[in-house]
Amino acid sequence: MKSKLLATAGVVALSAAALTGCSTASGGDSAKADCTNEIVNPDATQVSVWAWYPAFEEVVDLFNESHDDVQICWTNAGQGNDEYTKFSTAIEAGSGAPDVIMLESEVLSSFSIRKALVDLTEYGAADVQDDYTAGAWKDVSSGDAVYAIPVDGGPMGMLYRKDILDQYGIAAPTTWDEFKAAAEALKAAGAPGVLADFPTNGRAYNQALFAQAGSVPFVYDNANPTEIGIDVNDEGSKQVLSYWNELVQDGLVATDDAFTADYNTKLVDGSYAIYVAAAWGPGYLSGLADADSDAEWVAAPVPQWDAANPVQINWGGSTFAVTSQAKDKEAAATVAKEVFGTEEAWKIGIEQGALFPLWKPILESDYFRDLEYPFFGGQQINKDVFLAAAAGYEGFTFSPFQNYAYDQLTEQLYAMVQGEKSSDQALDDLQASLEQYAGEQGFTLQ
Amino acid sequence: MTTQTTAVAPPTAAVPKRRRGGSLLERRRQRWGWVFVTPFLVVFAAFLVFPLIYAFGMSLFTSTLATGTTFTGAANYVKAFTDPLFLEGLGRVAAFAVVMIPAQLIVALVAALVLDSLTTWVSKLSRLLIFAPYAIPVVIGALMWSFLYSPRFGPASTLFDLVGLQAPDFLSGDSVFASLVNIVTWQWSGYYMVVIYAALRSIDPAIYEAARIDGANGFQTATRIKIPMISSSMVMVITFALIGTLQFFTEPVVLRNIAQGAIDAAYTPNMYAYSLAFSYSQFNYASTIAFSLGILVFAGSYLFLFLTRKQSGLK
Repeated sequence: MKSKLLATAGVVALSAAALTGCSTASGGDSAKADCTNEIVNPDATQVSVWAWYPAFEEVVDLFNESHDDVQICWTNAGQGNDEYTKFSTAIEAGSGAPDVIMLESEVLSSFSIRKALVDLTEYGAADVQDDYTAGAWKDVSSGDAVYAIPVDGGPMGMLYRKDILDQYGIAAPTTWDEFKAAAEALKAAGAPGVLADFPTNGRAYNQALFAQAGSVPFVYDNANPTEIGIDVNDEGSKQVLSYWNELVQDGLVATDDAFTADYNTKLVDGSYAIYVAAAWGPGYLSGLADADSDAEWVAAPVPQWDAANPVQINWGGSTFAVTSQAKDKEAAATVAKEVFGTEEAWKIGIEQGALFPLWKPILESDYFRDLEYPFFGGQQINKDVFLAAAAGYEGFTFSPFQNYAYDQLTEQLYAMVQGEKSSDQALDDLQASLEQYAGEQGFTLQ
Repeated sequence: MTTQTTAVAPPTAAVPKRRRGGSLLERRRQRWGWVFVTPFLVVFAAFLVFPLIYAFGMSLFTSTLATGTTFTGAANYVKAFTDPLFLEGLGRVAAFAVVMIPAQLIVALVAALVLDSLTTWVSKLSRLLIFAPYAIPVVIGALMWSFLYSPRFGPASTLFDLVGLQAPDFLSGDSVFASLVNIVTWQWSGYYMVVIYAALRSIDPAIYEAARIDGANGFQTATRIKIPMISSSMVMVITFALIGTLQFFTEPVVLRNIAQGAIDAAYTPNMYAYSLAFSYSQFNYASTIAFSLGILVFAGSYLFLFLTRKQSGLK
């Protein structure tokens, strides 16, 4: 009788143990489960890293071979939002995040407000501050705090198909007025494609276009985290959007969603003659399939509103941050500071990953300035375009709910290109929805 | 009356004794019953009951980015049922239910009836072919359709070019609804067809013979005998379809990758809950939306089963 009862209890306990044992084992160690790379020094402290840079494995190997005390355990946890979703869940769960994480500068505030990132001022951020431009450093700091170490940037330029523009006798535009004239000329000539695309889901790209006309959408400082200033319907943004809306309604540009398979093909098959791009754009283009074999790409500065006072803009750019779940924050900070802190690492990043470095020793080197890009027929695109664009960048402030803000922007732009509302109305509605959201989230509007 | 009660009294007095005697055996039996049921109960509690309670608990708190988490009771539910995004999503899945469920049902029923009256190898092959889409994982199916809908890679532009017409844009704001209905109907009709077909096979063929002798033709046999006799299976199929439609998620999420304007982040209530939790990190409000949807799905299916209790035999 008793033994049977005990047996019963045993079965229950066993099945319960099996279940709970199972779930803790897979949950707790997932961030460190397996490294994609090989660990060179197994005795050293291991720092888990999430990143999606192309050719990053070689950079990791380089770091591990040159460090005896710290080793990187790298995982590619997805690109952009895929990674952020995992990170966000890990923050909520309280475990499962890596020690060091690659984040685009635009989402830093979204994670620092959730206290998910470590302020690196205590871990020697000041030591490397001089290695970066003031604009790049502003992107990773909020008030006195520094939440990440900059890695690569996205100064913008204009990549165009010289063969297509030549065929129709159109000069590469240097201002937005010329850009419009070129679009009209291309359409009038009966070209099969259009001049460019205006993706309603461009997110940071759309924002960069607004910024060129002086848009400062958010005022936010982590030192005062419950206050935010929102101004997305300023005159500059309205002027830019009404310009693009005219092009869209006249059928002078396409409105295909960006980063879809269709869009990728159209970028390289001549459907768009111009790709207004960031410095990582050439790498993106050369990785696409189905390209025209006789395409002749040239990089040029981004078109300007006022040619006499050029304004440089930035699209994207990423950083390494240390998460507050990191066990050894000192070691994690070392990784964040040093992984892209050598010329060898950057040569891999530039030549194989097509990254645009923010680390000054390589950014200002002759090597980088004079580098010839085979994709552009040997053009020195850094010297011609991107170095000047990067030098003019002064940094940008994003909101702590940037993902929501971008989703709303996409919704409003889509309604506009569908002809449901005017460009001014779209931005006014965007302003209203963001103000309401900020209020719901407990922010005081400045 | 009185005689009756006195007559009844002795046995009732004897009952406790007998029951006690049986209870020993019964208890032992029950104990082993519990042992066998325990693994299920543990899994059920760990992966359904506990998460439900946890989610409900979460839904009673409000967490904001700027001010942290506070207990707010039912405030989230008040917000949810006045939230235009949630209500819009509910309206949309209701519209999907009205269009999609009849579409799936008609395709499945007609296919099953036709296959049931065929007895050649064609029937077996067709059954397999109609069922095949269900064997494809939903995500893969939706991805495949997203390529078919693509203006560049899809066959539509080539086909329409042949006759000199402009191909329709399957992913524009106006047509994406129909495109989604098409994917779901393609994927699920085969499954429902198999359920209905199995029900049809279980009908006694003698009834058909009787109908034939009475002069009923094939169409009359189908509408007057077969359909009424499989009504309980039909109710089950509609219930499945109703729950699936109210929880519509995978297909629009996959198509959203190529049509972000036409399919917004709150296209269906489930997508809204997902975006709230994983894109906007509002886990508490996401729990509220998920729980509210769960309540509505439960209420909707219960109401449907109640209304069809006669057909389903649950009366």
